[in-house]
Amino acid sequence: MTLQTTWFFLWGLLWAIFFMMDGFDFGVGTLLPFIGKTDDEKRIMINTIGPTWNGNEVWLITAGGVTFAAFPTVYAVMFSSLYSALMLILFALILRGVSFEFRSKVESPIWRKFWDGCSFVGSAVPAVLFGVAFANIFKGIPIDQDGIYQGNLLTLLNPYGLCGGILFLLLFLQHGALWLSIRTGNGLQQRAIQTANRLWPIVLVAAVVFLVFSKFATRLYDNYLEHPALFLVILITVLALLGVKYFLKNQRYGMAWIASAITIVGATFFGVIGLFPSLFPSSIDPSFSLTAFNASSSPLTLTIMLGVVAVFIPIVLAYQAWTYNLFKSKTTMEDLAYEDAY
Amino acid sequence: MDVVWLSRLQFAAATMFHFLFVPLTLGLSIILAWMETRYVRTGDEIYLRMTKFWGRIFLINFALGIVTGITLEFQFGTNWSRYSAFVGDIFGSLLAIEATAAFFLESTLIGVWVFGWKKLSAKAHATVMWLIAFASSLSAVWIITANAWMQHPVGYTIRDGRAELVDFTAVIFQKFAIMQFFHTVSGAYILSAFFVMGISAYHLLKKQHIDFFTRSFNMSLVFGLVCSLFIIVEGDLHAVDLALKQPAKLAAMESHWETTANAPLYLFAIPDEKNEKNAVQIGAVPGLLSFLAFRDTNAVVKGLKDIPRDERPPVLLTSIAFKAMVGLSMYFALMTILGWFKRNRLMQSPLYLKLMLFSIPLPYIANELGWIVAEVGRQPWIVYGLMKTSDAASPVAGSQVLTSLIAFLLVYGLLGAVGVYLISAHVKKGPAES
Ligand code: HDD
Ligand code: HEM
Ligand code: HEM
Repeated sequence: MTLQTTWFFLWGLLWAIFFMMDGFDFGVGTLLPFIGKTDDEKRIMINTIGPTWNGNEVWLITAGGVTFAAFPTVYAVMFSSLYSALMLILFALILRGVSFEFRSKVESPIWRKFWDGCSFVGSAVPAVLFGVAFANIFKGIPIDQDGIYQGNLLTLLNPYGLCGGILFLLLFLQHGALWLSIRTGNGLQQRAIQTANRLWPIVLVAAVVFLVFSKFATRLYDNYLEHPALFLVILITVLALLGVKYFLKNQRYGMAWIASAITIVGATFFGVIGLFPSLFPSSIDPSFSLTAFNASSSPLTLTIMLGVVAVFIPIVLAYQAWTYNLFKSKTTMEDLAYEDAY
Repeated sequence: MDVVWLSRLQFAAATMFHFLFVPLTLGLSIILAWMETRYVRTGDEIYLRMTKFWGRIFLINFALGIVTGITLEFQFGTNWSRYSAFVGDIFGSLLAIEATAAFFLESTLIGVWVFGWKKLSAKAHATVMWLIAFASSLSAVWIITANAWMQHPVGYTIRDGRAELVDFTAVIFQKFAIMQFFHTVSGAYILSAFFVMGISAYHLLKKQHIDFFTRSFNMSLVFGLVCSLFIIVEGDLHAVDLALKQPAKLAAMESHWETTANAPLYLFAIPDEKNEKNAVQIGAVPGLLSFLAFRDTNAVVKGLKDIPRDERPPVLLTSIAFKAMVGLSMYFALMTILGWFKRNRLMQSPLYLKLMLFSIPLPYIANELGWIVAEVGRQPWIVYGLMKTSDAASPVAGSQVLTSLIAFLLVYGLLGAVGVYLISAHVKKGPAES
């Protein structure tokens, strides 16, 4: 029981870290055509995430891998039910990955425009679709007793799902704009700050709408009503979002980014806590839901994997932190002169 | 076509495409690390220029390896959900360990290597490439262990209709996995060595950057020679292990129909699956198959006729792929041995250089053929002896799989074309002058 519960929250934590880490990469990629005015500015934007985006993406692979290892039935049912949505995400991620690498290799405006388009699609589509997918999971997915999905891609595009998609996109855009406010200078930085300031009220509205909508569309609040102390998580998330504005105003962009990171983790946990113990609830009949208790691996596998995660995740966090520290200075024109820059 | 077939096609296309890039990552990272280390040790600029020239190719290839790998991580869930639910307890944990122990290190450090030239000391920078090389071979350990478990499941028990782990060490230390690992990585190293030698030959034939490319050639020649000889010995031992564990695959590889003692090996044979015999068979060496499989010319080798029809793999494809792979490996050994004797007068051997240039695709073909032997030869099982491929697919609509299959072919086709274009443009341009 405790093993399965631990894994349930670890599962949520890994997805939350992925959203927090790759979220600003998605934001930067989506903003690329809008706030990068010249080719050099666009290159600076890409190079602010250049050294780290790849490592961030591995959080997705790990979140997926851990779903497979700890909750194989969930991995099987979740990814086959969300087949088309997941394929769209994967193709988008393919485009994003190669666009960074390929863009700089040929000096033609058409070539670069094409890959800019790919960065945009490759960043915006996963941002929206992850939101749509998670909102639908919060709400429940039409799966029958055999875990067979009784819907199609359009079933996912219901109002609540779309609301989740928009919220995720906005959160990541804000996260990306804040990242650019830290890592760039001059006009680009001014535009990034302006964008963050403009986005903030919209994010706030979207967040409030989502919290209220969740009351009607989902059963997430049941757990909160049962254990009111849990409302603290929502409170912290909202405070963090208010903090973004506060720090922006005081021109403390690093702190604003951290507040935004907490908002994203909090938003994920808002749902994960509400779901417990379900990982993949059925909207047809709650008894068909996949939970931490009926869909997990054997205790032996869970124990071994707990050991693996306990050893490796702190090590990973340590060397990723080292990397961020190594590349903490602003990205400037000089960095572009360097031959292997994107 | 049904979902199973479409999923098989899609999976085959996706993994085989992924494995066009993986081997070069595995081997070139080692060659690069070695070049950079020489730069650090000698301070000779030429090694730095070599690191940068080959490094650029490495990065383009790496990007393609990564984006094609991500789709694989999720395809077990999207297309093989019944399989995933059945084996997740064991197989899933190996994939998750691969990500936490290896992918993180590899992908985090690649950014440091690319952008860190000025931020790190020369020594630290070279160490980063060694760590990347280590992490990519480490990722191979885990994924191959997972694949080996499908080839020869161990350390499990069947409970509640799924395979549950009972002995983790049995899974990770099983002989099949170890043999398969060394086999796959040495194949990858051969590919990388031939890649560097072939491109070097291109410039040497044009008589440009002679010092630069002679050194590149000779560094990878040693690597290629060792691995080409190693893989023949290792491949033979691998086949001995295979003979015990997957007799049906062995029989298909050799298109061997009758169970006999003193079984002969045919140098060339074309199976006729309908009539359960070989349409053509030439060059029988008596007792050799028995000897190769069991180290005894009188040993009994099981024939395909003694395996139920519905448990036989496709014989034609498996046997042709196997023989071509072995034939190619003889060629690789020959060419690298020849290279060893010519290493000091490469410029006087234009014919040899030309052959090496045109040999670049051959190890690619050998690697893909190897996977065809391993995977097609395992059919109809997805987990050997435990689960049939036909029972493993997801309950999704065929139209969905067809759509994604077409999308895969289009997107991968485009990526492949762009990748080849960028790499060949860079190769033609040659290294920057000092
Ligand atoms: C023999 C080695 C080998 C084999 C058989 C496979 N791979 Fe692979 N894979 C690698 C060796 C590798 C690598 C060399 O380590 C790569 C290439 C580029 C990279 O980052 O790592 C890689 C990349 C790579 C990535 C991206 C990692 C990243 O972003 O860092 C994923 C998710 C996978 N692979 C997953 C798979 C799956 C699910 C496979 C089985 C079907 C598979 N690979 C076969
Ligand atoms: C990257 C190298 C690999 C290549 C080139 C490769 C090739 C193939 C091919 C050609 C098939 C189709 C066989 C058929 O349907 O007749 C296949 C199927 C499959 N392989 Fe592999 N494979 C690779 C690695 C792996 C690994 C490492 C795993 C597991 C960890 C794996 C798991 C599977 C599965 C699940 C199928 C689908 C079922 C089947 O048709 O057998 N493959 N692969
Ligand atoms: C005399 C030389 C060789 C022998 C006897 C040999 C033998 C084998 C055998 C028996 C398999 C099937 C193993 C299985 O079912 O899992 C295999 C697979 C494979 N071979 Fe070879 N091989 C040789 C040379 C090569 C070369 C030169 C390459 C590449 C450059 C190569 C690449 C592969 C790959 C990638 C696989 C699939 C992975 C695996 O199953 O290990 N092989 N080989």
